[in-house]
Parts: sequence; C-alpha cells; structure tokens
Amino acid sequence: MTPGAELDPAAVKKDFPLLEREVHGRPVVYLDSASSSQKPRVVLDAMQTYYETTHANVHRGVYALAEQATAQMEAARAKVARFLGATSDREVVFGKNVTEMLNLVARTWGAANLGPGDAVLLTEMEHHANLVPWLMLAEERGVELRYLPVGDGGHLDLTDLERLLDGVKLVSVTAMSNVLGTIPPLRRLIDAAHDAGALVCVDGAQYTPHLPTDVGELGCDFYAVTGHKMCGPTGVGALWARAELLEAMPAFLGGGEMIRDVRLDGWEPTEIPWKFEAGTPPIAEIIGLGAAVDYLEGLGMDRVRAHEVSLTGYALRALTDRFGAGIEVHGPSEPAERGGVISFALAGIHPHDVAQVLDQESVCVRAGHHCAKPLMRRLGVAATARASLYVYNDTADVDALVDALATTIEFFAP
Amino acid sequence: MPGLEDLYREIILDHYRNPRNRGELPVPPAHRSEGFNPLCGDEVVLFLQVEGDTIADVRISGQGCSISQSSASMMSAAIKGRTVEEARALTRSFKSLMSVHEARLEGDGESDGDEGGAPEAPSEAELGDLAALQGVVRFPVRIKCATLSWNTLTQGLDELAGSATASGEA
Repeated sequence: MTPGAELDPAAVKKDFPLLEREVHGRPVVYLDSASSSQKPRVVLDAMQTYYETTHANVHRGVYALAEQATAQMEAARAKVARFLGATSDREVVFGKNVTEMLNLVARTWGAANLGPGDAVLLTEMEHHANLVPWLMLAEERGVELRYLPVGDGGHLDLTDLERLLDGVKLVSVTAMSNVLGTIPPLRRLIDAAHDAGALVCVDGAQYTPHLPTDVGELGCDFYAVTGHKMCGPTGVGALWARAELLEAMPAFLGGGEMIRDVRLDGWEPTEIPWKFEAGTPPIAEIIGLGAAVDYLEGLGMDRVRAHEVSLTGYALRALTDRFGAGIEVHGPSEPAERGGVISFALAGIHPHDVAQVLDQESVCVRAGHHCAKPLMRRLGVAATARASLYVYNDTADVDALVDALATTIEFFAP
Repeated sequence: MPGLEDLYREIILDHYRNPRNRGELPVPPAHRSEGFNPLCGDEVVLFLQVEGDTIADVRISGQGCSISQSSASMMSAAIKGRTVEEARALTRSFKSLMSVHEARLEGDGESDGDEGGAPEAPSEAELGDLAALQGVVRFPVRIKCATLSWNTLTQGLDELAGSATASGEA
C-alpha cells in the first residue's frame, strides 16, 4: 500500500478468504470483529507452512528443525514486542488469551502483593475477564474492589478518581470497552494511579487490534492482548509487563519449559518470559500471531484507526438518520472518542430477535450481555445488539446493516 | 434453509406482544422461582399458586426475547388450572418436542425417515398453541430461549414438592 494513502477496505477484504463465502445465499457481512476478527491468508499460510516445513517442539531439541521452530517462535515474540512498543522481547509472555493473561497477573503479582485491606480499582465497564479474576482474589484474600463508574454518554466518570485511588495498589482497566467502544483517558488514569502509588494493568483486547499501541508512551505496568481479535489465530495471547515486575513475580503454572532445575524436593523457575510459559506453547498460533502483526503493520495502524473513525462516524450517522428515536446507540457519540464497537437497542425489539433477523439477511452481529453483565445492569438492559467494525468493513457493510435493521423493524411491526 | 416464518409464527408474536398472565403474585402464598439464561441474560420470574394439587394461579415477569417470552406466556396459559402432574407431563411433552427435532437436526436435517431411538413427538393437539414453537428447533441456539420458562417451572414445582415434604404436608 502506498504510504500516506487511505486504507482501501475493498482491497483489504480480498486478503480474507472467509469473506468470500456466502451465508444464506448472499455474501457474508461480518460485523462481529469485537468478538473475533477474520484471518488474512498470510496468517493462515504462515501456520500451514510452519506445520508443513518446520514443526518440532521448541526450546528442546538440538536438531535443525527444533532450532528453526524455536527461532520462528522467538521471532514472533520480537514482532509482538515491537508492535506493542516494548523495549525488550523478554517483557512479552505468551499465553492463551487476555482472560488467561489477566488471571496470570491476579494469580502471580496479585498473590504476592495483595492481601486483606489492599484495594484494586476497576471500572463498571470491564469485561468479565477483568472482573472475575479480581472477584476471586477478593473472596480468597479479602482484597477490596472499587469501581470507577460509567457516566453519561458512556464515558468513565472520573469525578471521584483521587478519592477512589486512595490506598489502591493496582488499577486494572480496559483500553476500549467491548460494549460501548469507549476509549478511556488512559494517560490521565495511569498518571493519577502512579501518583497514588498504584500500578496499572491494561486490558488491550479491543484496543490493540484497532489503534497504534505503545506501552512505553502509555506508561502502564501490565498490558494484555489476544491474538484472535487482531487477525491472528485463536488460542494465543500475550502479556507485556516491565521486566523488573516479571522478575519479581512468582511463576504462574508449573511444568515443563518454565523451570531452571527440578529436584525431588524442590524446583527453581527459569528466566523471564519463559518462567510464565509452562508446557509446550501454541507454536503455530504464536507464529500466526507474528504474521498477523506483520500484516497489520503493513496496513499501518494509523491508517487502520483513520479508516475506523471514518466508518464509525458513517455508521453512527446512518443509524440515527434512518431510525431516529427508534434506535438507541450506547456509548460515546463522537467517533474520535470511541472505537468501532456499536451497541444499540431497537425500540421494542429484543437484541436476540434483531440478531436473528439480521442473520437471515447475512449480517453477523452479536447479541447478548457481551461478558459485561455489570455494565448491562448499569445501562439498565439485559442485552444489547452489537455491530463491530474492522479493517475489511466498508460503507456497503454498514448500508447492509441499516437495511437489515429496517427489515427487522418491518418484520416485528405490530 | 429454515426461514424466519418457521421461527416467528404469528401466534408466537401475538403472545410476545400481548403476554398472558404477566405480573406477580404475593409471596406467600405464591411460590417464586427464577430462571436465567446465562448466555444472553434473559430472565424469567415465575409465580405459582398451588392449591392442593392444582395450579390455581400463575404469573410471569422478567425480560427476554420474543421466543423466551412467548414460550413463557403460552406455558402460563397452558398450566393455569391444571394439576401439578398435568403440568409436569406437559413439560415433558414440550421438551420432547424440542429434543425430537434436535435429534432430527443432527441427521440430514430434512429427512422424515428413520428416527432411530429419538423420542416420539407429542401430538399438536396435546400441546395446543405451544406446537407453534416447534420451528425453534431449526434454530438450535434459540432452543434455550424456548425452554427457559419450562426449566423454571420444573424448578418451582420441585421446590414446592421439597418444601411440602419437609413440612410433612405431602
């Protein structure tokens, strides 16, 4: 792609084999990338080629295959580190997904640093992945949990931030809401947290696939991403944390790979990041994630963001122009303050029924609580319908959504 | 390909728009039971007033999609005034309606041929309006919506039976 040129979603779409298929006799309109993105051919090829030419277990064999497999996996680690703005590959730990990575933080750093009377500050708009590990810790260790409320317009209400931070040891917050699309003012939160003596863990599941990420510039302490939402395969995610934190944290899962020595009466962990990677890792998936990172860098994350701001603005206008008071769109109204995650309610029609009719029109959206039940309660709804945009979506996809919603309204009209 | 009209029969939409026995009953004497669909957040709150062996009154509150709410509405109309045993039998019939079609779907989807060991489908007469929900099984993810209120009914009747046994009234 020419430097400086705008992202061309029609060209991008051709990179994704699945988007060529039809559903119910029509080309699929995939608007559920916040759940999981589709995969470009380069990612699928990288994994296939690995299995066909290079597969062997990593960090074990001395033969050429094993060395090459190890080199490819570690090269992928370097790519992910670069993509996140990390200064060292040693600061990138691979795991299954963001859920596992946040459990890792809670189980290792949390177990070593949090006890009765210590507080963790979360927000009302967190995914269950950034709630349940902390709720478990609260139950087990008497850790106090506090929550930044969600205010009007889907923004975090920071009015009481200073008070809420008092005595807090860790702030764990999403970089982009998977329901509202809200992008919280992370720098402000991180600076305030650090001033109060707290560390900051960021759930980057929804952010990193869509915007340039630089953990150094952000200044956070932990940052978790998942591969399958950023053009990579399922089953692989990564945690970035500052090396000195990782060094000090106890190991997570015990087993092969993560040890320096094992005796019948004890063990010693190996060095970071492998200390946190017990067992044979998902080698092909890690290599696939490396290819996904290459692919996104090829598109240019600035261009990805510009495309999505533009398309989100188009979608928000199209929905309100067409349906007016008949639709409620949750979350910030300004595209620059949000991602392309658009949760909405059609007056008098349950989200499940919306998604069902949309499916008949070959439009894939998610309906449900989006693993954010506390936020659903805050919004006063049981569920929302959610359309989410990515690099391969264009205005025609949004038009298809709008038309399918019109069909839905017609179908359910009394 | 199953069409929307297979799922959203007119009678289903009618029960959705005009739910029967909507509301609450004072507890006690009524019994309250709650059912959740953890996948979608839908909830059914069922109030049963059982006098002797008879379900004298029933009310339903909660929120959910057209399928879960219409199924609850039809269920309430079907069990009101019936005995507990009749309600349980109807529950079995309704759930077998769902599982018969599930078993059929697992085959080639369209064949009416050998059903093997699948349970026999209840007759439409037995189920009345509820037979309209049979199209739901062509949309497997929605089966849980249709069965939510029935599972809540079973739970409520079990709780009532349990408390009756405990207090020696059974």
